[in-house]
Amino acid sequence: MYASPFEYATASSWEEAVRILAEAGDDATVIAGGQSLVPMMTLRLATPGMLVDVNRASSESIWLDDGRLVIPALTRHADLQRSPLVLRLSPILSEAAGFIGNVRVRHRGTVGGSLAHADPAAELPTVAVALRGSVDVRGPAGERTIPAADFFVSHFTTALEQAEVVTSVSVPVLPEGHGWAFVELARRVGDFALVEAAALVDLDEDGRRCSGVRLALGGVGERPFDASHLAATMIGADLNEDTVVDAARAVSEEVEPPSGVHGSGEYRRKMAGVVTKRALLAAIRRARRPEGEASG
Amino acid sequence: MSKVPIRLTVNEREVEVWVGPNQTLLEVLREDVGATEVKYGCGEGICGTCAVLLDGESVNSCLMYAVQVDGAAITTLKGLAGDDMPLHPLQERFLEHGASQCGFCTPGMVLTAFEFVRDHPDPSRDDIRAALAGNLCRCTGYTKIVDAVEAYTRDQQASTP
Repeated sequence: MYASPFEYATASSWEEAVRILAEAGDDATVIAGGQSLVPMMTLRLATPGMLVDVNRASSESIWLDDGRLVIPALTRHADLQRSPLVLRLSPILSEAAGFIGNVRVRHRGTVGGSLAHADPAAELPTVAVALRGSVDVRGPAGERTIPAADFFVSHFTTALEQAEVVTSVSVPVLPEGHGWAFVELARRVGDFALVEAAALVDLDEDGRRCSGVRLALGGVGERPFDASHLAATMIGADLNEDTVVDAARAVSEEVEPPSGVHGSGEYRRKMAGVVTKRALLAAIRRARRPEGEASG
Repeated sequence: MSKVPIRLTVNEREVEVWVGPNQTLLEVLREDVGATEVKYGCGEGICGTCAVLLDGESVNSCLMYAVQVDGAAITTLKGLAGDDMPLHPLQERFLEHGASQCGFCTPGMVLTAFEFVRDHPDPSRDDIRAALAGNLCRCTGYTKIVDAVEAYTRDQQASTP
């Protein structure tokens, strides 16, 4: 199969992209990496009348801005994965990016594209919610910033209005020594996730008590699930496997994942608890031993 | 929707082709450039048989529209070996280790392995397996492919001063 015919336009700036999209109306779609869009077009699940190619709309690099790490929308997943700034300041992003598709998908797929596509099983939306990230958007009415919690509305549906494009996403830089982990369950490497968990943990100076935790799950519903409140029992508590198990059980009882070809809702529900437990334990381990745990 | 001309350098040979916007790079390479060593496996970017190097970096040619890559340099399997040698050393190792049966996955597999070893000269066996996770093979069971790539990395290390 091949895509239905379309007009092809290129934008050399975000302003131009917005202008073209505004003129073209609903029938126009942005193409960046194309790693999610093109399969849909090949299968005729998407039939845009126009593609607006934004690959040359910007050439910014990841930068640090007053305690926030700013990731331009056109950052390729592979570049996110190996960015020294990301590895140093927000390594959970690198770990999550490594689960996206395969090496070729990561060479072209973009951060902005992944967020705008809003696949409920996608890695970066889950992490964006866990980190309390903010999505920067430009449209005909100007620029605005949308908290990740509000950006993802439903399956493949975001808060983007017509002719709006994601230009960057920013995340707060967490305290040095914070624990982090991203755990994904898929049938095979590179498959869409069945469930995934992003966990961030802060420990007190002794390394025994938890002073903060953030937790988000993907693949359990229409959009990333912020489960931080379910892990709140860990805060102030002496950290041991039981406190983590309690949080994992709370997550498992709370989520209601849909059934699908690759796993029943009941299986996913149970696995949501498993990935939560693994992610929290791994994050705690990393927080207790900050040197030498850059990856894996 | 009319066709537009684009210029590509394919294995160091310049070509000009007229393409419609909805023609993928894969289709154009196979049909217009004659590079049938690039295979159509899934059309979704999962199987790896359409892998080519675009300006030195592996991509799913089935997921790019040819209009997007005007001016690019494309390397296919046939571009790995230079003009003065029939086969690239990595291809020699594939042959030696029985890493190819029907051959359909081989062009994408070799290109992916080539790029990986180029960028990671000292991989473990597990690293090699992870690097090839995006290339499916229905025949060999992968072990001999990993053996071949491992042997090739030893070649590369031996020849690196």
